[in-house]
Amino acid sequence: MSAVIEARGLTKRYGDTVAVDGLDLEIGRGEVFGLLGPNGAGKTTTILMLLGLTEPTEGTVRVLGLDPARDPLAVKRRVGYLPDAVGFYEGLSGRENLRYTARLNRMDPTEAEERIDVLLERVGLADAADRPAGTYSRGMLQRLGIADALVKDPEVLILDEPTAAIDPEGVSEMLGLIRTLATEQGVTQLISSHHLQQVQEVCDRVAIFVSGRIIAAGTTHELALAGTGPERLELRIDGDREDLVRALEGVDGVEEIRRGRRPGSWEVVLERAATGDAVRALVTGGVEVLELRRASEELDEIYHRYFQEVNADVG
Amino acid sequence: MSDERMSPGWPIVARKEFTDHLYSGRFVALLAVLSLAGAGAVFAASTGIRSIAPQTVGIPALFLRLFTVTADPVPFALVVFIAFLGPLLGIMFGFDAISGERNQRTLPRLVAQPIHRDDVINGKFVGGLGIVTVVFVALTLFVAGIGIFRLGVVPTPAELARLGVWVLAAIVYVGFWLALAMLFSVVVRRSATSAIVGVSIWLGLALFGNLIARLAARLLAPSGPGSALAEARLETILARISPITLFSEASSALLDPTVRTTGVVTLAQLDRAVISNLSLAQSLLVVWPQLVTLVAYTVICFGLAYWAFMRQEVRA
Repeated sequence: MSAVIEARGLTKRYGDTVAVDGLDLEIGRGEVFGLLGPNGAGKTTTILMLLGLTEPTEGTVRVLGLDPARDPLAVKRRVGYLPDAVGFYEGLSGRENLRYTARLNRMDPTEAEERIDVLLERVGLADAADRPAGTYSRGMLQRLGIADALVKDPEVLILDEPTAAIDPEGVSEMLGLIRTLATEQGVTQLISSHHLQQVQEVCDRVAIFVSGRIIAAGTTHELALAGTGPERLELRIDGDREDLVRALEGVDGVEEIRRGRRPGSWEVVLERAATGDAVRALVTGGVEVLELRRASEELDEIYHRYFQEVNADVG
Repeated sequence: MSDERMSPGWPIVARKEFTDHLYSGRFVALLAVLSLAGAGAVFAASTGIRSIAPQTVGIPALFLRLFTVTADPVPFALVVFIAFLGPLLGIMFGFDAISGERNQRTLPRLVAQPIHRDDVINGKFVGGLGIVTVVFVALTLFVAGIGIFRLGVVPTPAELARLGVWVLAAIVYVGFWLALAMLFSVVVRRSATSAIVGVSIWLGLALFGNLIARLAARLLAPSGPGSALAEARLETILARISPITLFSEASSALLDPTVRTTGVVTLAQLDRAVISNLSLAQSLLVVWPQLVTLVAYTVICFGLAYWAFMRQEVRA
């Protein structure tokens, strides 16, 4: 697998503050990579360095084998970018905005016109295409932003918070689009987000990015296993805490039974090895289990865990 | 695809900027105001010229008088009007050049397209100059048209040449204000603040520029014999710091072949001077310093705007 995006020891300092600290990154062709982290973690700065829009203080970047700082136009011609909280010229219609992007990419006008029609249809803006962008809702702007990033028919797509401000239905459409682009057109995608649940669904790999550093990277499954802490089971049962305690009494390794984060749920903290025994005990113990899931497998759990670890290190 | 094979990006930005301005409300409003005032001024001027024309045969460059003569009921000649309102033209097309991109959050998207960073600011400046050129050429033709109709005098080639050079000078003059407004649009975050700063400088210079020059000259000039002359010279020099003065002086010499100097003249110097008309080349020579200074101002302002823009982060 040849790396489409490659960063080695990438560092960006603004005065004394370190925005990005020795980042190493490798993303292969057709891969969907999620860069996850809280606001201010350095995600956008990283993206700007990948696009050659800001120069790294140290380290190297290669996008499609090119150095964005030396060959910015060639990189930007082949990389589509959806900025965080994207904006459009309010006086121009959605279509005119995309037309400008097409011109800036030196596209053939006839070809561009066809492509713009297809893309507007694809993001569900065909009806609103000729209205001024100033009248668009935040979600519509976001969808127009996706179309805008795709106008140039990019080989690489960089999406900064693509699902922000979109309604749930829009989010699933957007995620579907991301998946389709990856599988059918082999578009390499880097998605930055703090919406972990959403991103988790479509990413082949994720990296957790906190305070300018990647603190963990891999598939979501790998990240879950890499954890050293106890397993957490989240349960909804037809019954109360007493039923749970009774059923799990005989299981070794159960550390705690407490209220879960969701209303009406319970959380069982236990050693990893004890998971199977605990589930068996629940069933044989006659507890009516309505729902059961491994809380630690969810990406936001992983993320919170790592985030706490980093904070603990710093503190 | 390598960088070299792509066509330059600034014409694309300039074209968009030009089109945007052309369809903008501010363009229509400005053109309406300029046309009305221009028509009023030239109508009054032509009436004035008509009333004196029979007695004075052989007024040099009669046609150009349309632009320079003040006559009732309009209290200003067209050139004075342009010198006063030209800055507004530049400020209106430049005050939100960059801050507008930031406010609409379009800047990151724009610079992520395959253009260089300076294509943005270069294109915007060229686009603005383009629209200013359109305004001036249209206005001049409009005024000339009314003039021909009212006076029945067709401009000679020499007069047309003077008019052409004057339009060029006017474009440079407005270009300075455009560059200044763009500088503020880079440095100041809010478009409204940028506009206010630009307008303040314009009104300050237009209304109080001469006053300040006079007061400063009075304070600074040495006392003693000949102090009046020294003071007058100093005042002229100080007033020439203002681009408005520079343009007014340049206009007067470019549009009137009888103007031989723009500085302080003593009676002794006029003694036995032979009154004759200057050629365009000689008129140019008279105001060459003014023209060069205007160009320099424009270049410096644009240079500062360019430098500030290139240093800024795309974000924030």
